[in-house]
Amino acid sequence: MLENIWVVPGLTFASFWLILFFGKRLPKGGAEIGIAAVGLAFVLSSVAVVEWNDRPATEEVEAVSTGEHGEAEAHGSEPDAHEEAEDEHSFGEVRALAVDLAAAEAGEGEAGEHEAEPIRSAVERNLTWFSFGGVDITVGTAVDGLTVILLFTVTLISLLVHVFSTNYMHGDVRFTYFFAALSLFTTGMLLLVVSSSLLQALFGWELMGLCSFMLIGHWWEKKPNSDAAMKAFLTTRTGDIGLLVGLVIMFFAAGQTFDIAAVNEAALTGAMGETVLLVGASALFVGVIGKSAQFPLHTWLPDAMAGPTPVSALIHAATMVVAGVYLVARLYGVFWSAFDIEAGGVNPIAVIGGITVLIAAALAFVQTDIKKVLAYSTVSQLGYMVMALGVGAWTAAIFHLFTHAFFKGLLFLGAGSVSHAVHSFEMRDDMGGLRKFMPTTFVTFMIGSLALAGVFPLAGFWSKDEILLGAAENGYRLFEVVGLIGAFMTAAYMTRCVYLTFFGSYRGHGHPHESPPPITVPLIILAVFSVGAGLLNAPGFEKFFELTENRVFLLAGIEHHSFEIVPAVVSSVVVLAALALGGLLFFAGRLPRGVTARSRAARAGYRLLANKYYLDHLYTGVVVGSIKGPIARAAYWANQKVIDGVVNGVGVASTRAGLWVYRHIDQRVVDGAVNGAGFGAEGFGGILRTIQTGRVQQYGALLFGATAVLALGLVIFV
Amino acid sequence: MLVNQFLILGAVLFCIGVYGVLARRNGVLVLMSIELILNAVNINLIALGALQGPEAAVTGQVFSLFVITIAAAEVGVGLAIVLLIYRNRTTVDLDEVDLMKG
Repeated sequence: MLENIWVVPGLTFASFWLILFFGKRLPKGGAEIGIAAVGLAFVLSSVAVVEWNDRPATEEVEAVSTGEHGEAEAHGSEPDAHEEAEDEHSFGEVRALAVDLAAAEAGEGEAGEHEAEPIRSAVERNLTWFSFGGVDITVGTAVDGLTVILLFTVTLISLLVHVFSTNYMHGDVRFTYFFAALSLFTTGMLLLVVSSSLLQALFGWELMGLCSFMLIGHWWEKKPNSDAAMKAFLTTRTGDIGLLVGLVIMFFAAGQTFDIAAVNEAALTGAMGETVLLVGASALFVGVIGKSAQFPLHTWLPDAMAGPTPVSALIHAATMVVAGVYLVARLYGVFWSAFDIEAGGVNPIAVIGGITVLIAAALAFVQTDIKKVLAYSTVSQLGYMVMALGVGAWTAAIFHLFTHAFFKGLLFLGAGSVSHAVHSFEMRDDMGGLRKFMPTTFVTFMIGSLALAGVFPLAGFWSKDEILLGAAENGYRLFEVVGLIGAFMTAAYMTRCVYLTFFGSYRGHGHPHESPPPITVPLIILAVFSVGAGLLNAPGFEKFFELTENRVFLLAGIEHHSFEIVPAVVSSVVVLAALALGGLLFFAGRLPRGVTARSRAARAGYRLLANKYYLDHLYTGVVVGSIKGPIARAAYWANQKVIDGVVNGVGVASTRAGLWVYRHIDQRVVDGAVNGAGFGAEGFGGILRTIQTGRVQQYGALLFGATAVLALGLVIFV
Repeated sequence: MLVNQFLILGAVLFCIGVYGVLARRNGVLVLMSIELILNAVNINLIALGALQGPEAAVTGQVFSLFVITIAAAEVGVGLAIVLLIYRNRTTVDLDEVDLMKG
């Protein structure tokens, strides 16, 4: 399965075409094809996870960046290793020398030297796509722990979203089209995840951009929806410019190859120049900022809520936004060396991530639309992941991506279930007290919220804790504090969200009711994962770390930090304090009313948040406005004077040249030749014409005469 | 064996035939003249075959038999053409049949 992993994106891609062509004729409008394909993809991905787990660890990687210290130890242990190896051979056991060496070193080097342990080597399979200038551009699949984990997550979330949508989107005008787009969207993410070359990854990346545009604007008849789709597309596209530039730089810096492993290797071994690496990594990171909705390009993600709720779940939980995080994780060698993450202190990735954590969490407080709260929460959590990558906590970032997918998917689908019942997303006007009407949704939503807040022992607790620990251990104290503040805010705004939605008295119209099984079953499944997923990396087990170990990780000598009790307690206390505060404010009814009316500072703060830090104003007003105003005018002037002048000049000149050519060359030379040929033929024909009398006997006379002449010649000359 | 007399006969017949083809204005007579040319050739074939020995004599005779057969077919077609010309133009004068004049 690991070699043939292309089948997984292939399935969903086939499903896209099948739904497009045959969907409308099927009883369920194409949904059955999508569910079958994604379901099969999920099964295959699970098989891939199992196979990866069973794969023997054979590849040994020596850390390069640990410096002389590591090297010295490696030399010191060499003689012992040989002895042990010989002993084992004398017992008749034939094993690879590398394994022996590794075993010997692991046994001997008890002093925490885990970078010399063997790891599972990635399964690669490449084909040459095309070559130019002696450079082969390959496409293929590379499967390692990161890949299989993401495959599992993406296909599972996608499957549940498909099932959810069958009911949620029932009766929609473009039901079939919706499912086709979902399939293609999933394909994009899967393609990105399995690809072994950057160029191929770009295809998946752009495919997702396209599909997000299609899906966010699914109800495009309403202007705000199509505007949101356009905004999402253009904003991510702004980032994609950086990505493209970064790709090209990486291509040349790594010795004309798009191969991800080669690029990482080149970055880590110092084959790239420092400046090139820095510029390339920065450009790539701009792409990540756009795609993963990091500050300051995060504004598209909350607007993307205009799309159907299942799409939001898919975008936020498993695809699209995590693509950026995935890219950083995948090209970690590049970012690691470029921004010198090992050094501690500050670096751009961590700073951007940290800012995003805080500003997005703050924005989540003033939203009244339940989906927007969750959207800002996603932005904030993505900030967490990026920050984790920035502080060198690679595993923690991926682990958070993994757990976040489940509880954020759960929360979005829960919000969908709620809106299904009350036909609105406004928490303040149309919800409240839904606890009694929708028990299943309520319980699962609560689990998701607590997991997001990071309450022990739910999934979010473990991953968030690892990020904080990683930040602390790698010398990024500042970001540990940022993470704690973020955790506090997360717990608080989720309390507000849950309170407004499920507690108090019902403020909407009609009679809400629990959703049918196609909606509640995915919720329950996701709730189970939200509870259990964190235990994968529980202390003493640490399966997740073992699975995702990869070459880059070890080459750079990145440390993995096990669970520690003190930071965990600290973060738990912070979260509980936030929950208690939220409980006090909302549940006990102690919410200070009218603060914004009384205090000018509070009012200003609220206005700042309500206007989303004026970033949208900045973009539409200043950026777009300046382009529309002076730049457009300058462009108009240049257009009128310069370009038109050139165009007109060229036009006049070519008219004149054409006329001259017409008069002299065309009329005289060409026509002369043509007419001459005609006249020549006519004159010659006139001469020959006289022979053609039409009299048979004259022809006969000529025939015989000619024969006679020839015969005479034959007699005389031969 | 002396073959001159046969060859001379053939040559004379041939010349009469050519004269008839070129000079006669009646289409039917032109066809008859062509027959004369063919028969001149037949005489030559048989005479020269006999000169070469018995086997070659048979070959020459068989050849001339073929020529006679083909000539019969040719006359059939030719007379049909002449008949049609006569029906269309009420004449068999070849000088007046000059539709192909360039």
